[in-house]
Amino acid sequence: MNEMVKVDRRDAKLALAHIYVAFIALGLGGLAGLLQTLVRSGKFELPANISYYTILTTHGVLLGLVLTTFFIIGFQFAAVSRTAGTFSDRVRFWGWVGFWLMTVGTAITAFFILIGQASVLYTFYAPLQAHPGFYLGLTLVVVGSWVSGFAIFAHYARWKKEHPKQVSPLLTFMAVANMILWLVCSLGVAATVLIQLLPWSLGLVDRVNVLVSRTLFWYFGHPLVYFWLLPAYMVWYAIVPKIIGGKIFSDSLARLSFILFLFFSIPVGFHHQLMEPGIDPFWKYVQVVLTFMVAIPSLMTAFAMFATFELYGRSKGATGLFGWLRKLPWGDARFFAPFVGMVFFIPAGAGGLVNASHQLDQVVHNTIWITGHFHLTLATTVVLTFFGAAYWLVPHLSGRVMTKAMNRLAIIQTIVWVIGMTFMSGSMHFEGLLGAPRRSAFSTYGNSPQALEWIPYQIAQAVGGTILFIGIILVLIIITNLAFFAPKGETEFPVAEVAEGAERTPLAMENWKLWIGITVALILIAYTIPFIDMIQNAPPGSKGYKLW
Amino acid sequence: MHIHKYEKIWLVFGIGCLFVFLTIIGVSAFAKGNQPPSCLTTIDPEKVDQTPPFNKPGLVKTGDNEYQLNMVAAAFAFTPAQVEIPKGAKVTINITTKDVIHGFEVVGTNINMMVEPGYVNSFTKTFDKTGEYTILCNEYCGAGHHMMTARIKVVD
Repeated sequence: MNEMVKVDRRDAKLALAHIYVAFIALGLGGLAGLLQTLVRSGKFELPANISYYTILTTHGVLLGLVLTTFFIIGFQFAAVSRTAGTFSDRVRFWGWVGFWLMTVGTAITAFFILIGQASVLYTFYAPLQAHPGFYLGLTLVVVGSWVSGFAIFAHYARWKKEHPKQVSPLLTFMAVANMILWLVCSLGVAATVLIQLLPWSLGLVDRVNVLVSRTLFWYFGHPLVYFWLLPAYMVWYAIVPKIIGGKIFSDSLARLSFILFLFFSIPVGFHHQLMEPGIDPFWKYVQVVLTFMVAIPSLMTAFAMFATFELYGRSKGATGLFGWLRKLPWGDARFFAPFVGMVFFIPAGAGGLVNASHQLDQVVHNTIWITGHFHLTLATTVVLTFFGAAYWLVPHLSGRVMTKAMNRLAIIQTIVWVIGMTFMSGSMHFEGLLGAPRRSAFSTYGNSPQALEWIPYQIAQAVGGTILFIGIILVLIIITNLAFFAPKGETEFPVAEVAEGAERTPLAMENWKLWIGITVALILIAYTIPFIDMIQNAPPGSKGYKLW
Repeated sequence: MHIHKYEKIWLVFGIGCLFVFLTIIGVSAFAKGNQPPSCLTTIDPEKVDQTPPFNKPGLVKTGDNEYQLNMVAAAFAFTPAQVEIPKGAKVTINITTKDVIHGFEVVGTNINMMVEPGYVNSFTKTFDKTGEYTILCNEYCGAGHHMMTARIKVVD
């Protein structure tokens, strides 16, 4: 066995800084989530006139934007440094610039939410108008992430220059693909915030075009979820095989799936706007077709994962159709947590197809079914994979080792999460089918018999939410231990190798100009005509409202 | 690029399913008219009270057993707050907002629309069963969002 490859200590510090912020956000955002489920059960009220919607905004921003973005960028910094070599001082410097921009931005945004000046939820739909500081803070977060993205691109470019005619390391390739996706999509949210919302909230312009703003938001909003998901896929494709002792099924297919995600995750925002006036239904259907295409790389991923597991199990002598399942390292939290995440992606993905289907979406749009859906995708599949990755990443970066006791606690944490989420997300799905709205405080809607039927489900959500909060406390204990208290030692950063006999990866896989060209072409096809329509047939704009 | 035989079978099956789903959605939408609410009519959001038909919100008979229900949403109420509809009536609901974005959902039906300033949204539905339906706002609109509700009574 080769000497263990370590992430450089200075790069480790940069990655760890991101991960600390992510887990602080998890604790605070999780507390907000707990309070929401308690309020909505109808049995509790928030003290001291704290608004449900302030808490809801806090929850969405901290968990949807801060936890994810910080963990992802920290993880990618570590993965790129590990696989493409230590950063230059310049790349690391810009990495820190990105970190501080994002952190200061988060602090500003959080401040204006907590003083009640920005209860606009994390989607901040105009013409609800937040304090300019809210938009400014978010801008800094996005700009910071761009700086970090370019730091990764610069490091990748240097690697390519130093290794002519070689295929880049898989994890580095994937991080680059994910940051390109992020850059292309976040242009949309930057446009609406900088051109529309910030000047409007500062009083420089009186009115805003609401539909254009929403469309730019959702141009960003759907790829955002793939920006969350792809790092989980990085762990599944390139790291989990090593943890179980297996090999990567196919390097080329892994890269191909990431390229397909780049193509199809952006020109699909209308499936969030299916119930919306002002958009011709033909263009909604075009984007629904593209939305379904994005399921293809996920189908490929599912195949690759189970192929890896089965090949490994059979190499250990497993027989029968499912004998290989018994050979998997169920007692290893680094495998168990991401594996559970994968399993939950099966119902989560099926639910996603429901949401993207015109007629079915009419039943579930803006009901709590949707909340249930993304608590499977983001809050289970992605988050459990991130937890599973943190169990080796944090000790690797902090120069410590995970003890058996902590590993056992991590297994328990995963099971707690499964139980809590089954209660919470399950009852959200059922309640949504009965018509209960998302993003709403407790209400019986004037003792409507239909709304009274929902209360048992809301109590189940409070039970689930409480169990999940226990899960958050457990993971925070584990992470704190791994970062500061675990025994000193060397922990491996697992990076899998490609299976013998797998075909060599063609260099053409890294033809970024072509991939970005196709991405832009698909975006133009899906958006140009409806967007021009929106602007040409625009109604009078809207003044800002502060209705909370 | 080489793709394993089993993976080919899996992908053909999976992609095949996706195309079947898309065909069902497409036929339902374009051939049978089950399109999502996508009204293209615009309106000045500050002049809703002066713009017909929203200057007189309510139920209007437009034909034999056909009706228009014109509604106005504003923080945090729907006007009218109570509507009686004769059983079997085919009703086209038109709705717009005077302020922020609202949602218009009739619980237990597939009537579900975004209501956005500057636009009218519209959906047609035949009410076959008598009973009371709850209308609620399902898009966050401010502190009183969860109090925003109305009723439809379908009567013989």
